[in-house]
Amino acid sequence: MRQGLIAGTALALFACLPGAALAEAGDEYVAPRGPGGVHPDLNGIWQALNEAHYDVELHMARASLQLRDGPHGPVPSLETYKLGAVVSVPPSMGVVEGGKIPYRPEALAKKLENQADWINRDPEVKCYLPGVPRANYMPHPFQIFQGESTLFFAYQYAGAVRDVFTEDPGPAPIDTWMGQSVASWDGDTLVIEVTGLNDQTWFDRAGNHHSSQMKVTERYTPAGPDHLHYEATIEDAETFTRPWKISMPLYRRKEANMTLMDFRCVEFVEELMYGEWRRNPLPR
Amino acid sequence: MRTPEHVRGAARSTAWAVVGLGLLGWTAAGADDIPRTADGRPDLSGNYDVATLTPLQRPRMFGDNRFLSREEADRIAAEERDRMAEAQQDTDPGREAPPVGGDGSPGAAGNVGGYNAFWIDRGENTIAIEGRFPTSIIVDPPNGRLPEMTPAARERRMARRAMFRENTGEAWWLKEGLPAGPYDDPEMRPLGERCLLGFGSTSGPPMLPVLYNNVKRIVQTPDHVMILTEMVHDARIVRIGGEHAPPDVRKWMGDSVGRWEGDTLVVDTTNFRDQTGLSGGTENLHVVERFQRLDADTLLYSFTVEDPTVWEAPWSGEYPWPATDGNVYEYACHEANYALGNIMRGARLLEADVPGPGAE
Repeated sequence: MRQGLIAGTALALFACLPGAALAEAGDEYVAPRGPGGVHPDLNGIWQALNEAHYDVELHMARASLQLRDGPHGPVPSLETYKLGAVVSVPPSMGVVEGGKIPYRPEALAKKLENQADWINRDPEVKCYLPGVPRANYMPHPFQIFQGESTLFFAYQYAGAVRDVFTEDPGPAPIDTWMGQSVASWDGDTLVIEVTGLNDQTWFDRAGNHHSSQMKVTERYTPAGPDHLHYEATIEDAETFTRPWKISMPLYRRKEANMTLMDFRCVEFVEELMYGEWRRNPLPR
Repeated sequence: MRTPEHVRGAARSTAWAVVGLGLLGWTAAGADDIPRTADGRPDLSGNYDVATLTPLQRPRMFGDNRFLSREEADRIAAEERDRMAEAQQDTDPGREAPPVGGDGSPGAAGNVGGYNAFWIDRGENTIAIEGRFPTSIIVDPPNGRLPEMTPAARERRMARRAMFRENTGEAWWLKEGLPAGPYDDPEMRPLGERCLLGFGSTSGPPMLPVLYNNVKRIVQTPDHVMILTEMVHDARIVRIGGEHAPPDVRKWMGDSVGRWEGDTLVVDTTNFRDQTGLSGGTENLHVVERFQRLDADTLLYSFTVEDPTVWEAPWSGEYPWPATDGNVYEYACHEANYALGNIMRGARLLEADVPGPGAE
């Protein structure tokens, strides 16, 4: 009875708030303190468990990562049909608040072109560095190293890294694939502002893209002993009509023997990128 | 750029000691004046510029001399200063165009003028420890040079060297009727060219100073130490305690397990692949590294390397890592590796110039 009353009150409160508030987690949970004893401990190996690496937007299942017109609707592309269901796209309610990315018209056209030519354009196909936020929801684990006044992210995918500044060094001297990350704390939430990103990275395998004007503001909030609430606000006036936000839980990898392993993947794409220049090329 | 002054200062509270395989080890006497983490360990975190003019192996001209005199060290630093000042002079706007086909000069800077002084950063000084100036990073064997290689390793090295020649503009491997050429497949090229690891064992282990991009970053947590090498964004993840990964697990930089021996972090690395960042290394490579904090501005990095399938004896070295205000920047190598494809395309063009069996 009492619980029901509280739940009812909570529902009424939530009803007054914008939808985003419903996704806020971790308000109740107080995480153990990390090295230095001040901030929550984010050390560990984390991974997203969702379909955002396929497509951050709300989407139905699709026959393939790349499609072409068939006699009765879209069918897998010439480049992907042999992989069958393995390269089909699982459905998802999406991680974008509101379901859709607010593209400018010309940017939406580019997204559709990217998607139609996915195999040639997705930087992941060539094992390029993933950028932010994509690195955080690749289907690979990543490790946060949090010292007393230091922060570092190591990603299994492509051996990507983010050296996170805890003091703002000023504007990034040059645009890079992983950008320049500057951390601060908002209570128990780690806030990282990422700037200096180049325009070569994507958000997913669906051609979602951005310009080098993009700024990503990430928030990592402990929401339980084994998960973080992650959200990222994307600002890029060249590509989008307004800022937009993604959010998702990140889960701790609990395996006793969990460790980041080698997935440099550079060596896996040598046949793709250089195979035609072998002295004796394999059939292509 | 830092001077070795702080290293010498750091050494005031230290004493010479002989550790293990003849390493010139350091024992911090009081060790009260070094930064520590909340759990009482020496705090190794920071950025370090490991560039040095001191070579890995002792130049033969120094014979059995383990140390330079201060005058010799000063002279080496002055020569480097002069060389860099000369190299950084403005280019003469009235210069002639380079000759067709290049100027014939050898090496990486070769006849296409690859690297000028802007890129190169070998440091400004030789290493200095307690006011002495070692003639080499290697301290054991006592001659400061790599031990003899096993016959099999020597043979492998000879075969590799036979394939590494200056570009003469001809497909010499084809003309000489060799069964395979050095540019047949990307997998035959060095790891650095393939952007799999930086060259010269920069990421190691052992982590050695190289021609450029010598800044390291260490982030330390209670159960991990992460060591980032700029080239090629290579993060070594050292877990404190526990066992090595099973033998089936192989990693480009090996599998590293750390332990604290007093105030020294000892990192044991095995589980290498059949090619390693260290030239000549194999899957049998075993490296033990020691990290000691000498003072707020300096680490002493020492290491012992063994691979009985390559060297007849283990070998050891050490050099200080001075702190730097410099940052580690993104070294995105593979993303713009036009060179590897062009090297192979170039080889195919040279091969096309050689008349085939059917030609006159």
